[in-house]
Amino acid sequence: MTADAAWRGIATEQVDEVTTGLAALLRRRSRLLLADLLRPHRRGVAWIAAAIVVSSLAALAGPWLVGVAIDNGIPPLIHSGDPAPLLRIAAVFAAAVGVQAVTTRMFVTMTGRVGQSVVLELRRRLFRHCLRLPVAFHESYTSGRVISRQTSDIEAISALFEEGLDSLISAALTLLLVGTGMLLLDWPLALVVLGGFVPLTWLTGWFRRESVVAYRRIREANALVIVHFVETFGGIRAVQAFRRERRNDAIFDGLSGDYADASRRASQLIAVYAPGISLVGNVITGVVLFYGGLRVIDGDIRVGVLATFLLYLQRFFDPLQDVAQFYNAFQGAGSALEKISGVLEEEPSVPEPAAPAALPSRGSAAAEPSRGSAAAEPSGGSGVVPRPGASGRQVRFESVRFGYRETTVLPDLDLDIPAGQTVALVGETGAGKTTIARLMARFYDPGEGRVLLDGVDLRDVPDRVLRREVVMITQESFLFGGSVAANIRLGRPGASGDEVIAAATAIGAHDFITALPSGYETGVGKRGGRLSAGQRQLISFARAFIAAPSVLVLDEATALLDIPSERLVQAALRTVLAGRTAVIIAHRLSTVAIADRVLVLRNGRIIEDGPPDRLLGGDGEYAALHTSWAASLA
Amino acid sequence: MIAAAVAATAAEIAIPLLTKSVIDGAIAHHDRALLIPLGLAAIGLGAATAALNLVRRWVQGNAVANMEKTIRDDLYGHLQRLHASFHDDWQSGQLLSRATTDLSSIRRFAGFGIVFLLISVLTFVAVTGLLIRLNWWLGLITGCMFVPVLMFCTRFERRYKVLSRRVQDQEGDLATLIEEAATGVRVLKALGRGRESAAQHDAQAVEVCKTQVAKASLLGSFWSVLDLIPNAAIGLIVVLGAIAVTHHALTLGGLVAFITLALQLVWPIEALGYIIASGEEAATAAQRVLEIFDTEPEIKSGHTERALAKRGPGGWDLPPGRGVTGGSSPGGKQGRLWFDHVSFSYPKSHQPVLRDIDLQLEPGETVVLAGATGAGKTTLLQLVPRLADVTGGAILLDGTDIRDLPLPWLRAAVGCAFEEATLFSASVRENVLFGAPDASDDEIEAALTAAQARFAFRLPWGLDTRIGEQGMALSGGQRQRVALARAILARPAVLILDDPLSALDVHTEEKVTRALGTILAGTTALVVAHRPSTMALADRVALLDGGVIAATGDHRELLATQPGYAALMMMEEVSA
Repeated sequence: MTADAAWRGIATEQVDEVTTGLAALLRRRSRLLLADLLRPHRRGVAWIAAAIVVSSLAALAGPWLVGVAIDNGIPPLIHSGDPAPLLRIAAVFAAAVGVQAVTTRMFVTMTGRVGQSVVLELRRRLFRHCLRLPVAFHESYTSGRVISRQTSDIEAISALFEEGLDSLISAALTLLLVGTGMLLLDWPLALVVLGGFVPLTWLTGWFRRESVVAYRRIREANALVIVHFVETFGGIRAVQAFRRERRNDAIFDGLSGDYADASRRASQLIAVYAPGISLVGNVITGVVLFYGGLRVIDGDIRVGVLATFLLYLQRFFDPLQDVAQFYNAFQGAGSALEKISGVLEEEPSVPEPAAPAALPSRGSAAAEPSRGSAAAEPSGGSGVVPRPGASGRQVRFESVRFGYRETTVLPDLDLDIPAGQTVALVGETGAGKTTIARLMARFYDPGEGRVLLDGVDLRDVPDRVLRREVVMITQESFLFGGSVAANIRLGRPGASGDEVIAAATAIGAHDFITALPSGYETGVGKRGGRLSAGQRQLISFARAFIAAPSVLVLDEATALLDIPSERLVQAALRTVLAGRTAVIIAHRLSTVAIADRVLVLRNGRIIEDGPPDRLLGGDGEYAALHTSWAASLA
Repeated sequence: MIAAAVAATAAEIAIPLLTKSVIDGAIAHHDRALLIPLGLAAIGLGAATAALNLVRRWVQGNAVANMEKTIRDDLYGHLQRLHASFHDDWQSGQLLSRATTDLSSIRRFAGFGIVFLLISVLTFVAVTGLLIRLNWWLGLITGCMFVPVLMFCTRFERRYKVLSRRVQDQEGDLATLIEEAATGVRVLKALGRGRESAAQHDAQAVEVCKTQVAKASLLGSFWSVLDLIPNAAIGLIVVLGAIAVTHHALTLGGLVAFITLALQLVWPIEALGYIIASGEEAATAAQRVLEIFDTEPEIKSGHTERALAKRGPGGWDLPPGRGVTGGSSPGGKQGRLWFDHVSFSYPKSHQPVLRDIDLQLEPGETVVLAGATGAGKTTLLQLVPRLADVTGGAILLDGTDIRDLPLPWLRAAVGCAFEEATLFSASVRENVLFGAPDASDDEIEAALTAAQARFAFRLPWGLDTRIGEQGMALSGGQRQRVALARAILARPAVLILDDPLSALDVHTEEKVTRALGTILAGTTALVVAHRPSTMALADRVALLDGGVIAATGDHRELLATQPGYAALMMMEEVSA
């Protein structure tokens, strides 16, 4: 059980050769996922199954009818000139052909429809799951992998439904039906054919084993190619400025070489497997010609039966060749599904509460009756900042212990921030400031102890509610492709144009935005590349302000602003933070001036705590920091 | 490879002829002895087919894998050399889908399509020829029955082309959304906007799904017609063949051979459908890939060889004795940077970002650029390493227009540290060594010390710890310090620093500033700064306002004379 647990989730991704037990586990995981995805389409799958069975039966009727025609249709025509039996057989043949055409069409179309719905559902689940997974997961799994799971892996599965699945199913079915048909026609000759199953099974077993490994390698190599590709072009300016092109060429050449090696290996497997199948088929054809001929001469069977056998043999082995062709699509989809199911199996380490607790209503219930649903956010009227009745919530850390891997960042933190208070965290890098911020925003859960929002453990607050109440702005101001307005509106979808402008005006971004070519509708370019870092920062501020949360966490959010912008933001903060709870982390002590209370941290412990004026008057850490900071302004 | 393919096809076609001999010869004459050589011949031909196919596939598989790799490497290399503004304009998901999905379609077609095309046309011609030999009018009729298939395939091809292009575009757009969500996941989480993002993703995914379903139903009718026609042909052959047998125009064995052979026509026809489909996809893909290859890098390397290129005997390796933390530019003459009436505007924009910038930096001089957010400071800096080119005027390095200098040379001469420090997936050591691959361990240590980045020694594997996208995550301040160490270690003639200390705390910033002061003493440097503390580095301050240089001068002098500058530097509102 513990051995199994170690292979949970994404841990298997780096493994090339997997033990049989593990392979079975992975297959089971994929199968469970697939079964789960197919469940809503039970009826469709039943129809598809019916269509493929009918279609295969109709396809098999052909050769049998040819044999019947030779044995029972042609002799009367030759001997008595009676065309009736032959025409009857021809009519049945025509009907079979018609049925085959109709059912094939049904099968392909419906497979496409069901398959694509499954792919769509998988895309949805995966995207949502990735968003739910904690920041810690994304930091270790990297965005390149997340992207390749959702693009190339999903596309591999989609390709299977597009081109591979029908041949795979019909080949399996044909094998079964043709075998049965042959046994019914002439069992000694059929046994000769079925004897070919021995080398066939062996060959297929070998191919399966080898190609599972080969395709796993292909996927992993492909993911690395994608990661490197995304990284390069995400930071193309640095690449060019540091003449990283050649080194990158070399790295990419290596990765792409690994990928080429992996796909070469896979194509070599097929190069052996497909001719191997046709060898078995051809040898058996030779044996059937010889032994069947003998049986015809001995009068055991008629010529028509031999003809049927020969025609069946073609249908028997040819589809297997197709299978080899599509086996890679199948395998690719299989290993893609294994990885996707691995990601889906990763438990969010900051899970949604099983029994969500309600937060006490904020401020006076009468002032904000609509707080309960996201859709009914107050809109229009008063504008955004400041919102009347805005009130903060109390935040408490109770004996919180937290560490990353072996290093403990917060040994034992007790902290009480009353509702409406603005607290500044001060201290050197590594003192634990950002960790406190991230714990408040529940990017992580504490190892021990609790973080409480108005007395409710954050772990009991549904994500939807938490994100409305607590908003964190960091120095990393990521903008999404789209307009400036759309990026601000991210803080509160449904905000009116006036509200967006009000928010931007409040933090002093309005002027530069209106100076852009299309004002608020200007596209910001990929990741906001058309704007300067300070401009992006202002927009992400506007985004947080329009969200109007009860607790605002600013982690170095003003670091990239120039002084006039910072001044504007600070003036805005005074109004915005009024009544709200806020935690500010800033290296520039100017920001601290608006705080009601300053906490000085060292090695995860609070060493000074008090209003800025009082601390300034003393001779502690803060006073010293402030002196050196003031000196830097001169 | 082609020879092997042709020979294999011939061997395969010959097998039904043996069937004819078995039925008409051995069986008709009750000749058991004849069965043995015929059976052995069939097995021999079968073995030959298999062996030849193995050779063909083996060779082909290797060739195709190499081809894909070559194109992918070329595409990557080309993209790396395209100007930065190209990458601003292109959704990276679109680029990625060209390097992955599109190249795979091309590979699939080149791998199977082309050879299949050859084999199926060959098989078709050979089989039809044999059929005509067996019975000329039945052979002709059979051959003619397959003509409408080709017409049908052409019609299918046109409609399929439209849909497959649409799918590729839609998947590209979807990939862009996915990439944004994956890289911006912290923001989405912090704001709790997962739902909205998911809704956007779903809407696009539904579009992809719709097109795929349309594609599937088109394929459904395609395959059913491709099943219908050959089978109908066989039915007809049986009836007409029976008549021929009655009139002794065909033997019974001949009829069986005829039918088995006609069945061999089905495969090439079906393959033709597949080839057309994948050929179309590959053509679309190739078009999209060529679009990128056809884009010329706007920023091209110049050709003026400059004696200046050698700053020391070992290329960029400076003479020993000049430590990281001290010394002056050898000769004291290199690194004169002159912005000669430079203007810049973004493509398709009539509003210039920079206008008539005239600024001269003497060798060894440090000029700090000050200006409000959006004044064009970063844009101006990017012009120096030619991440973008001036649209008016020129930038001269020691008297030569930088556009005339070889790009690698220029970018070696100009060292940068940007505010958003980009580190690559490599060890700390490799990241720091970018600018100066031959630097010694002592020099690395000195650079890291100057940039206050000694934390790197305490990482799990010290300087060999892998960082960047695929490695250990560093904080913003840590990244900035490593990037600064990188710029320092390169000891370039001109150093460009874009707010490189923004993420540092006051203590660290102070220490770095002090170290920088010594380093910059001998290097021409253009520094963007927001903080009065950094102004201490400046020999001269240039105030950028609304795309023009409003004033240059000493920090204190500007404070006194320029209210705009004072407003930038003072936390308290100035009322002057």
